[in-house]
Amino acid sequence: MTEPVDPDVDLTDTRQRRELRRSHYGVLAVIAAGGAIGTGARYGAGLMWPTAGGSFPWTTLGVNASGCLVIGIFLVVLTEARTAPAWVRPFFATGVLGGYTTFSTYCVDIERLVSGGQAGLALSYLAATVAAALVAVTAGARITRRLLAPKTTRRA
Amino acid sequence: MNWLLVLVGGAVGAPLRYLTDRTVQARHDTVFPWGTFAVNVVGSLILGALTGAVLSGAAGTGVQLLLGTGFCGALTTYSTFSYETLRLAETGAMFFAVANVVASVVAGLGAVFIGLTLAQAIFG
Repeated sequence: MTEPVDPDVDLTDTRQRRELRRSHYGVLAVIAAGGAIGTGARYGAGLMWPTAGGSFPWTTLGVNASGCLVIGIFLVVLTEARTAPAWVRPFFATGVLGGYTTFSTYCVDIERLVSGGQAGLALSYLAATVAAALVAVTAGARITRRLLAPKTTRRA
Repeated sequence: MNWLLVLVGGAVGAPLRYLTDRTVQARHDTVFPWGTFAVNVVGSLILGALTGAVLSGAAGTGVQLLLGTGFCGALTTYSTFSYETLRLAETGAMFFAVANVVASVVAGLGAVFIGLTLAQAIFG
């Protein structure tokens, strides 16, 4: 089994393709529940570590980077755990992590910094988030693959 | 009450991302993750418009928490975006991986700007 190309729903995967045909209210319900949990966690992080307007949005960067690290780990583990119930991916990857991380706030934060006359800060935030997110997801996936590799070899 | 608004927004935004992604992905055969691209751009447009409405005094904290932090935050995603970029790079589609990052950021920022300008024209 290969890892999905789209963690929300990978239509190249036969099992996930079935979600197109089946009545999917159950899937939507678990995604909604996960989405509420993830969104709540992001809101809570913002309350705990508020960043003032016009300053570097560290909290959003931290939320997005940590969500990327966890999705990298999670999807590799899920690919290895062949017996995981079908609701686990939609609940955690689509719901919790999708709700936790945000692209819209990232974009608005950049615009706010630019119109506040902080173009340099905006550009460094733009680049730092992309870099942190990609490093985090790559590290999460690669390290988890390496940790799980001996098990895979034994099974084969 | 604030928490409730955020959680309700998140509980609506996340399944809507799933449905949009599924609908978009079922309609093309390319490796480019158009589904996630679409939700991220649409979510940025809405959040841009909301920001404009807030700046003009047309929207208050409640709407901001429900639609902004909750709905737009859950509709858009950074984790799926970066994971798809990683998978594109790993499967040899390096051009698409780079294109995904550049196009998403450029389109997302453009969408914020359009939404904000429209809202300020309407409410300002």
